[in-house]
This record gives sequence, structure tokens and C-alpha cells, in this order.
Amino acid sequence: MMNAGRREFLRTIGQAALFSSGILPFAGFLSGCKTLETASRIGAQVGAATGVLTESQAQSIQKSGRAVARSFEEITPEQEYYIGRTVGARILQKYQPYPNRRATTYINLIGQSLSRASDLPETFGGYHFLIQDSDEINALAAPGGLVFVTRGMLRCCRSEDAVAAVLAHEIGHVQYRHGLQAIKKSRVTSAMTTLGIEGTKTFGGQELSELTETFEKSIADITNTLINNGYSRAFERQADSAAVTITRRVGYDPNGLVEMLKEMQRQLKPGRIDFAKTHPAPQSRIALVEPMIGASLWIPEARQHRFNIALAGV
Amino acid sequence: MSLGKRTLLAFVMSVFLLTSGVGLAATMKSVQIKEGALRSTPSFMGKIIAKVFYGDRVEEMASKNGWAKVMPAGKTQPGWIHDSALTHKKIVLTAGKGDVDQAATGDEIALAGKGFNDQVENAFKEKNPKMDFKMIDQMENMVVSDSRMRQFLQAGQVHPGGGSQ
Repeated sequence: MMNAGRREFLRTIGQAALFSSGILPFAGFLSGCKTLETASRIGAQVGAATGVLTESQAQSIQKSGRAVARSFEEITPEQEYYIGRTVGARILQKYQPYPNRRATTYINLIGQSLSRASDLPETFGGYHFLIQDSDEINALAAPGGLVFVTRGMLRCCRSEDAVAAVLAHEIGHVQYRHGLQAIKKSRVTSAMTTLGIEGTKTFGGQELSELTETFEKSIADITNTLINNGYSRAFERQADSAAVTITRRVGYDPNGLVEMLKEMQRQLKPGRIDFAKTHPAPQSRIALVEPMIGASLWIPEARQHRFNIALAGV
Repeated sequence: MSLGKRTLLAFVMSVFLLTSGVGLAATMKSVQIKEGALRSTPSFMGKIIAKVFYGDRVEEMASKNGWAKVMPAGKTQPGWIHDSALTHKKIVLTAGKGDVDQAATGDEIALAGKGFNDQVENAFKEKNPKMDFKMIDQMENMVVSDSRMRQFLQAGQVHPGGGSQ
């Protein structure tokens, strides 16, 4: 355990970094991190030169500057896993699970096959898929690979290839770690500071409570984005593009995505605020992906037959 | 191209290949997922020949299309694993104070069980007792076996190149 003086010292550094991150203009994420590190170095140098800090304290600040000038990319797969579990539990508060074993097994067979063809096939806890009992049209992915899809969304799918497109889009969000990027930079900074304070395996009461608070806020950042605000158009385009690539790699027809979007267009009712609120209009998504894919959808009979059976009643 | 130039080019290329091969042989990596499989070929369709676990150290012997051929420390049978399961960092399972300082300021090591971990999740659960983590646990148990997946894809005539393009 670290003494109180050092804890206070690190906390001050963390606060200084948080303050800096709040006032410095971030032209881009990487440049922003660089700026923070630079600010910390300059601050430490000024402090040492003016005699406010000792030389070793100044060096420590510079070191910690590197520690806090970290991004979501520094969140380890293990930590991403714990974030994803709690984001998943929050998503389950919105809609209950749909207790249909056959349909759940079916989407796990499709989804887990697709995940292996993504650019991030291995996550700490793996990819898992669940249907939620709601008429709303929605699909959500928690960091690390927990993917949720509503009955309403599955009703927009007329084929297995369309289901594959929906799941592959969500896998795309996981692959690009879009969820983690919704976490405010200050949270990552704060978590790193607490981590720097506590060196033993078990966190002490104070550090645990700080870290839990940071954790809660990070989860809120992600769920607010997922459920209320939606990702940026750029992230949605990336996920649609990933869906085309991933479905094609496995052997599904990427036209399944267009087919699903057309059906969604028909089913989205004016005034309904679920999927329409957080996603670009189906028409604009179709315009993006159609040039990436070719001829019309052809589905083998055996595949269509099992789709009809597996999702009957959904 | 003259014979002399061709010989020189061949020599330069073999030196390059030799040195890059030697460089790879010395690369040590760590398993960064909970549990992974080493396979006989660089593909998820390859036969599973061994399991590896979080923090295991492996030596990278070769790489191909995003897959690494690795030898786990203390073992004699190499196998293939996807790059996304590995990190160049050393994962410290039981961290001492020195490790924490190093992890906070460098890129060489990562600490297992640090930051957002089961302890933080438990503290969160205490504050949010209505949240359903049991369903999340059940979700994580939904794992499709290799043979079941292969059977599923074959039965649905889902195979690479089977789409419209």
C-alpha cells in the first residue's frame, strides 16, 4: 500500500491531467494524447525550474503524464470484458431476454461463425448472442462481443443471410471497439491514476470506491451512446462495411443487408423512436452498401427452410 | 537482367529472408484472452491440438495471414493461434509494486486482474442489485463447438465464395 503523501501527489497529477484534457482543444485523438503528454512535461519542467517541485517529483510527473496520456486503446481485453458484461446487463434492463432456445441457438451458430471471420475473432470472453423480447427494431453490441438483437429486428429479416448481416454489423462495432470509444477520455485518465496509486492485487476501500465510480460513469458513457444518442454516421458506415466483408468471407450473400434494410424501411413507423433515433435512415445505408455488393440474393433451399423453422414464432 | 545482377539479387533476398526468420524466432508474446486453442493449421477449421490460457507465454515461430505459429513455454508441440489472441506485452498475473510502476509508464507489461476487474464488478453489483448478471453468465456459456459449426455451415451450403460474388 502506498503512503498518503504519494497518493495525494498522484491524485493531484490526475486532476491536473483531467483539467488539461478539459481545456486543450483536441484536433484528433492521437494528437490529443500527444498534447496532454506535452502539457504534463512542460508543467513539470516549469515546476522544477521555479523550485516548486523537486527534481524527482518533476520526473514522476513526467512519467505519470505518460501514464495518463493513454487512450481507450490501453484498455486491456480483460478490462474490456468486464466493461462489456456490465453494459450487457444494462441492455438487459431495457428489454427482457426472449426465452426461445431454438432461436437462440440458431443466432449463436450464425453469429459465432461470423465472428471468426472478423478482424477481431478472439476477444477475452468470446462472442455470444441473445434475442430480446421486444417489438422495437434494435440490435446492440457490448464491448468484447456480447450482442443483443430484438425480435422486432429479426422480423425485418426474411432470410438467414439477412440475420447474418445484422449480426455481422454488430460484430463490426465490436471489432472496431466503437463502444470503448464512447468512454470519455477523462475516465480512462482517472482509472489509470487510480491504478497507479494502488499496487497490490486487492484494491483498498478508497481506491475500489473511486475505480467503481469511474467504472459506473464509463458504463453510462457507453449505454448513453448505444441506447440514446447512437454512434456517429462514420462508425455506422464502418460497421455496415464490416458486415459486407464478414458475411462475404463466411459465404453468406451480403445482399442480405440490403434485403433487411428494405424490410426495415417498410416496418419503421413514423414516431417510433427506437432504431431510427440511433441509426442513419435505411435508404442512405442501402446507398452506401449497394455499390459494394453484386447481383441479387440467392439462398439455397435448405438454408431458407431451416431459417423458417428456427425463427418461426419470433 | 545479367547473371551477375540476378545472383546478387538472389543473395540479398536470401539474407533478408534468413534474418527476418531469425528475428521472428526470438519473439515472445502472451495470451491475452481467457482461454484459447492452438490449432494444427492457421485456420479456425484446423484441429485443436492444445489449449492456452490468459497470461501464458508463447514463442512466435512463424506468421501467416493474421495467424501466428507459436510454441508455448516449456512445451515441445507448436500450434497456430490468431494474432488477436496475443499481445507483445508480458502479462503479470500477480503484480508487485515495481510491475505497477512499469505498467503505468511503459508499454512492455500489462497487469492481469487490474483496473476494471471482478472486484470492481462485484462492488458495482452491490450498488445495482437489480441488474441481471446471471443472464450475462448464461450468455457466456453459449459456445458453439467446432464440429457443430462445421456441420451447420455445410448443411446450409454456407461456404466462402457461396454468395452472389
